[in-house]
Amino acid sequence: MTILTNKADKIDRLAELTQSSETVTGSSLWREAFRRMRSSKMAIIGAAIIAAFVLVAIVGPWLAPHGPTAQNWRSEVFPNQGKFVGMRGENWFGLDHLGRDMFSRWLVGARQTLLVGVVSMLIGLIVGALVGVLSGAAATLGGKVGQRVDTVIMRFTDIMLSLPSLLLAVSIAAVLGQSLTTVMIAVGVVQIPIFARLLRGSMLVQGGADYVLAAKAVGIRRKRIVLTQILPNSLSPVIVQATLSLATAIIEAAALSYLGLGNPDPAVPEWGVMLSQAQRFFDNEPMMAAYPAVGIIITALGFTLLGEAMREALDPKLRG
Amino acid sequence: MLRLVVRRLLQLIPTLLGLSVLLFLWLNRLPGGPASAILGERATEAEVARINRALGLDEPVHVQYWRFLKRIFELDLGTSTQTGQPVWDEFTLRFPATVELSVAAILIAVVVGIPMGYLAAKHRGGWLDVASVSGSLLGICIPVFFLAMLLRGIFSVELGWFPSQGRLTTGLNATDITGFAVLDGLLTGEFDASWDAIMHLILPAVALASIPLAVIVRMTRASVLEVLGEDYIRTAESKGLDKRVVRGRHVLRNALLPVITAVGLLTGSLLSGAVLTESVFDFGGIGSFIRTAIDGRDYPVLVGFILFIAMVYVLINLLVDLAYSIIDPRVRVH
Repeated sequence: MTILTNKADKIDRLAELTQSSETVTGSSLWREAFRRMRSSKMAIIGAAIIAAFVLVAIVGPWLAPHGPTAQNWRSEVFPNQGKFVGMRGENWFGLDHLGRDMFSRWLVGARQTLLVGVVSMLIGLIVGALVGVLSGAAATLGGKVGQRVDTVIMRFTDIMLSLPSLLLAVSIAAVLGQSLTTVMIAVGVVQIPIFARLLRGSMLVQGGADYVLAAKAVGIRRKRIVLTQILPNSLSPVIVQATLSLATAIIEAAALSYLGLGNPDPAVPEWGVMLSQAQRFFDNEPMMAAYPAVGIIITALGFTLLGEAMREALDPKLRG
Repeated sequence: MLRLVVRRLLQLIPTLLGLSVLLFLWLNRLPGGPASAILGERATEAEVARINRALGLDEPVHVQYWRFLKRIFELDLGTSTQTGQPVWDEFTLRFPATVELSVAAILIAVVVGIPMGYLAAKHRGGWLDVASVSGSLLGICIPVFFLAMLLRGIFSVELGWFPSQGRLTTGLNATDITGFAVLDGLLTGEFDASWDAIMHLILPAVALASIPLAVIVRMTRASVLEVLGEDYIRTAESKGLDKRVVRGRHVLRNALLPVITAVGLLTGSLLSGAVLTESVFDFGGIGSFIRTAIDGRDYPVLVGFILFIAMVYVLINLLVDLAYSIIDPRVRVH
């Protein structure tokens, strides 16, 4: 079926990359890929950004000079009159519309942003992987019935893939109501079909490999073949996709916040929420939006760079 | 050709049926059901029961599903709880604005993206290549609504070059024929209205174009690189063909095939982006409407919207498919 391509095509192309593990170079696929990545500028920059981000997310809240919700300087800010306080010694990033320290909020927000990104990616990864393994196992070793099961499952994931992901997330979030969990679920659910299709695709590629035939001939049970032979060899594209998904998850979570579906709890600053709060005052105090926005952009860039570099490193066509 | 169209249309049926099942299940999962969405949270049980009977929600599931399908075929998507108007009418009223914005964005993306991708591939490793690759990575990573806020802040609030919101300057008396502001102006000869509409379009369209542009640049670049490595290009060059002929007929024609598909299939991201950009610029299309529907928890509108975009999306996919088979004769053979 050719409608619904693009997204599906991209996923399939990524899935095919597992094939390269059959090359007889003596070194394992991952060691080879790692060697190639070390010489890639993209990978190094991406990894450095991610390392910095994770560090800020972990230790940031302890380094925050002020409480992220304390309205210590409430009397100095008059958002309605367009009077804000920008950078100064005491408040490195200035104050927000409620007189809270932006720098502290930014540091604490990094952790929330990482949390939203990781949890929603994991939701997509775990559920998607389960569906994908089921489908892939059914298709490779399940015989006629298995293939039918596989077709039905894949039809459904194709339908989900055919919808614009952000709009799907919006509709899920609108139904569940406004909360942090909602954002994570909405962004995560959208990723399920991607991981499902990807893992199934790479399992199909692996399922036709000689070592699977050998395992079958030796008489290993099917469940065992799937879990110990096919699955471990099918994982590399999934790891690439997981990295790329972290970038999309963070951006889409921000978009949901912007549309008023984000975390309503003011006690927990998150970059997406901060950005959406800042939009009302953007004409007077653009810097209030700039800090969380730059955080989001750089982080998303880090994950995208690393993910793309990994994809290139795994691609046999680009191998020297 | 006709057989291809019929086959594609038939292939759509399972997809649309599956989609309708998903939507139907999703509808039934609305918190408290449609009754409490209509009546609010403090409805008495008797009232809920009355509404449920009125809506036929006390009947078996398959009967409900059948009625749901029938309503979709009659284009009856319910009534907006905010405006009290039929959802379908609200959409068709606002759709031209969104189409105008999306077309403008795609135009920008194609006109800038294809030459940029081509040049980047041609001079691989050069400064233009590095700039366009990093630019397109950045384009994917900037949240669309932030870019829209930024453009609006700089070019309309600070510099005052462009209007900051809406589709037309208020007070401007433009005749409305098709709903497409630029086209209307051209049809009626009100060129000032057309110009006004274009000025209103530019900033939101540029913001909306960011992701399609990034995708098109990357695709064109990758595709041209692949074609440049083909044997037939070397053959064409070594037999002394004019460079322009090689470029036009051999490189571009082959390299642009996947790009054309991508352009059509970008509709999904355009629609998502439109919701975000339109609400920054208060553009008055479907996107702005959805934003208010989210704020007001206007479920009929939200559900109808998903259905509506699904229809649009599936239709566009079909058109792309057919266009592709015209451009690439190989597809017709299969």
